[in-house]
Amino acid sequence: MTKPIITLDHVTKKFGPVTAVDDVSFTVAEGELFALLGPNGAGKSTTIKMLTTLLAPTAGTLTLAGHDVQHDQEAARKSFGIVFQDPSVDGDLTAYENMELHATFYGLRRAETKSRVQELLTLVELWDRRDMPVKRFSGGMKRRLEIARGLLHHPHVLFLDEPTLGLDTQTRTLLWQYVRTMSQTEGMTVFFTTHYLEEAEATADRIGIIDHGRLIALGSSAELKQQTKTKSLEAAYLALTGSGVRDEEVNPHEDWRARHRARSMR
Amino acid sequence: MNVLYMLWLRQIKRFVRARSRMLGAIGQPLLFLLALGYGLGAVYKRAGQGDYLAFLVPGIMAQTVLFSAMFYGAMIIFDRQFGFLKETLVAPVSRFRIMLGGALGGATTATIQGTLVFVVALLLGFRPEHWALVPVALLILLMLSVAIACFSSGIGSFVEDMQGFQAINQFLVFPLYFLSGSLYPLNNLPVWLKAITVLNPMSYAVDAMRDVLIGQTHFGLAKDMLVLSVTLVVLAIFGAYRFNRIEA
Repeated sequence: MTKPIITLDHVTKKFGPVTAVDDVSFTVAEGELFALLGPNGAGKSTTIKMLTTLLAPTAGTLTLAGHDVQHDQEAARKSFGIVFQDPSVDGDLTAYENMELHATFYGLRRAETKSRVQELLTLVELWDRRDMPVKRFSGGMKRRLEIARGLLHHPHVLFLDEPTLGLDTQTRTLLWQYVRTMSQTEGMTVFFTTHYLEEAEATADRIGIIDHGRLIALGSSAELKQQTKTKSLEAAYLALTGSGVRDEEVNPHEDWRARHRARSMR
Repeated sequence: MNVLYMLWLRQIKRFVRARSRMLGAIGQPLLFLLALGYGLGAVYKRAGQGDYLAFLVPGIMAQTVLFSAMFYGAMIIFDRQFGFLKETLVAPVSRFRIMLGGALGGATTATIQGTLVFVVALLLGFRPEHWALVPVALLILLMLSVAIACFSSGIGSFVEDMQGFQAINQFLVFPLYFLSGSLYPLNNLPVWLKAITVLNPMSYAVDAMRDVLIGQTHFGLAKDMLVLSVTLVVLAIFGAYRFNRIEA
């Protein structure tokens, strides 16, 4: 295994009395495609939020591309791109303007911005729509734009938090294709969460399974199947996490966005 | 390219692309100007105070800026609901610059609206005492706008939703406006009202505008500008502090 680019060392996150992430340690190697799976409320999004500086851990340290996420925030932020679970583009701006604003945040030079934006919008097949206000985009188009935006500043790591939720099969297939292409051409590490186990199986080099805030399994799809003596990743996953349904509390904004997303997908 | 400039530009673009908002925001102040200016003008004149419409214009310009810049905080709530806020929170840029860039954009649009009210007042026959001082009046308007936009950023940072923001907004905006001397002279007020107006920073902004535009002042321009500057700094710190504490 090559050197690790993501390290979690005894990371814990508590929200009041609730422990969302409980003493989790693992590493992801440079260039690896890594999937973090788990039921709702298991701690996936909390882990991504801690890795992306949006939440501070209660205990433990997180390292990203050699930077301490807590103490060297700016350097850590420069090293990753992210596609959030919910849309995070500005609907009043055009696709090009959204990309331009992102380039400014990450300090790209003007000449470089132009060619890079064209390259990426062409990759996600939105170059022809670059001057259209994003509020007129479909859910799938917004997601493609977000992938392009996440890649704009040549990140070492790309985080994807349930990137294919609510998308049609064509868009899902395309999206993974873009991600794999960019990972290969730029040597980028990809860290993603998903509820679609077939995506994890097809894309990820290694899979971590988290439940009740604890990392309960880690390995390739084949290793997980072998470990649980099952034939499919889905069977392995259910063997590890059980088949009970989980209820998760949401904050009002996430709830609002989920409803909004459901409306815009129709 | 500069982050402050791009965030400022973002607000300007949103403003230009939503023209109905621009007109909506000056409709209410113009209604005040027309209804009160012409409605109470005769009484004001009979009381020996002169031209009420002229007296009112600086206060209505300040009102426009107050209402418009206070609404800027709602942009943060929209950004949170539509998700764009997260894009700015993970960006390798200090939160202070993000807050300030947006607030400067919101303040600019508020100042443009205040200026439009000034233009309408000119059409109604209002004339400033010295044309050369009009840019100073616009500078005062801009300072007030920035202060209020920072204030509303702070509020937008910790309020959960639009309803909550509107409630706080109404609760703050109307007292700030009605208890500021925008609509009446500060001389000979009842003691309790006088005490409140003296504590209200808006009174000083309105007084400064009035001094520069029609040559009438209650506190004196030096004191007005001092209070306005201190208010600006305090509210910018408040806005930055609250914005910095947002967790996603």
